[in-house]
Amino acid sequence: MTLMKHPVMRVGIMLALFAIIATSLVTLTESNTHDKILDNEKQALLKAINTLVASNDYDNDIITDVISLPRAEQLGTHDVSTVYRARKANQPVAAIFTSIAPNGYNGKIKLLVGVYYDGSLAGVRVISHKETPGLGDKIDEKKADWIRQFEGLSLSRPAQSDWKVKKDGGQFDQFTGATITPRAVVKAVKNALHFFEENRDDLFKEVE
Amino acid sequence: MNSVYGPIIRDGLWKNNPALVQLLGLCPLLAVSNTTINGLGLGLATILTLVASNGLVSLLRHHIPEEARLPVFMIIIASIVTIIELSMNAWFHELYLILGIFIPLIVTNCAITGRAEAFAARNPVGPSLVDGLMMGIGFTAVLVLLGAMREIIGQGTLLSEAHLMFGEAARHLKIVVIDDYRGFLMALLPPGAFIGLGLIVALKNVVDARQANKQAQVASNSVAETASA
Repeated sequence: MTLMKHPVMRVGIMLALFAIIATSLVTLTESNTHDKILDNEKQALLKAINTLVASNDYDNDIITDVISLPRAEQLGTHDVSTVYRARKANQPVAAIFTSIAPNGYNGKIKLLVGVYYDGSLAGVRVISHKETPGLGDKIDEKKADWIRQFEGLSLSRPAQSDWKVKKDGGQFDQFTGATITPRAVVKAVKNALHFFEENRDDLFKEVE
Repeated sequence: MNSVYGPIIRDGLWKNNPALVQLLGLCPLLAVSNTTINGLGLGLATILTLVASNGLVSLLRHHIPEEARLPVFMIIIASIVTIIELSMNAWFHELYLILGIFIPLIVTNCAITGRAEAFAARNPVGPSLVDGLMMGIGFTAVLVLLGAMREIIGQGTLLSEAHLMFGEAARHLKIVVIDDYRGFLMALLPPGAFIGLGLIVALKNVVDARQANKQAQVASNSVAETASA
């Protein structure tokens, strides 16, 4: 009984009360916003996909027509990666997947890569990166057009030996003051194309 | 009216500015002030949280046990930040995509706990809200100034990427201050933030010292006048 009247108990109970009320409020907000946030993210993903493959080039539900690929090392990740498939009249059109450049100037650069069935690039976009503002961040489509030059390229165009930045004897521009970032991106895109070429039939396999 | 709110406003904006005098919230301040627009984004998100947390802490101040007030402040602030983040993500998704990255950073801003402890826990709701707003504006002003300095020195522009915050129409807001500028990387990296903040603090101290000097002179002049008279 005396323990219950101890000041520590009173403070403890008040603290617990605050924690319970605060947690309930956060939980309430979470459950009210959960579906809306998922929907927003789906719309954002769809928008990102549509900047690579035009929405009238496919007629399937691209968000649900997905397969998961475990441990694709060429894509720079050991995690399961999701591949979105675009089809028109049940014919494969393009595959869209994320690829990670592990060797950016400041850590990983996450890319969204779209490849047409014939092996040419629909396009590449940077999803997230931590490159230096004003220098390496020109890989971001919002800041510069650099990333758009990949559209239409493939493993044979340009030749394999030209899939490098100019400084390394290839055909891609580096940025003033930043070579590591574009070098990492070019390499990751090339790896993604190799990955696509080697796994093309698996990539478009119908889900049972 | 003026007697209560006047000092609060002066404190927040200048005399006790959270970034320049209290030196609170340096972690997000230094990390995100590499462009004007980034500074403004973090500033706006901070104002919102600071007003909400000051108001709530003041409202609950009689129920918060004195001995455990800091953990209670943390619970309140972390909950507010999470709720703001979730709500923005759900209902203001466009805005979230811009300010979203700044919001988790606010939890690390000790200016918010600082104001809860130093002001909101001891004052009524009205002055606490004004204190939150003024401290927030004072913090934002320093962020924007530091962001502008670093952006001009670092990449020779001002207000670049304004369209990320204000929409496509704002794209032309970007001002190229120095043509063909090669860039000065250090201003954009963390050392540039420390040096820049140091310069702003020094500038404030110079202005304050001048003012004090002037006042002392006026005072001694009037003393001299009385003596001669």
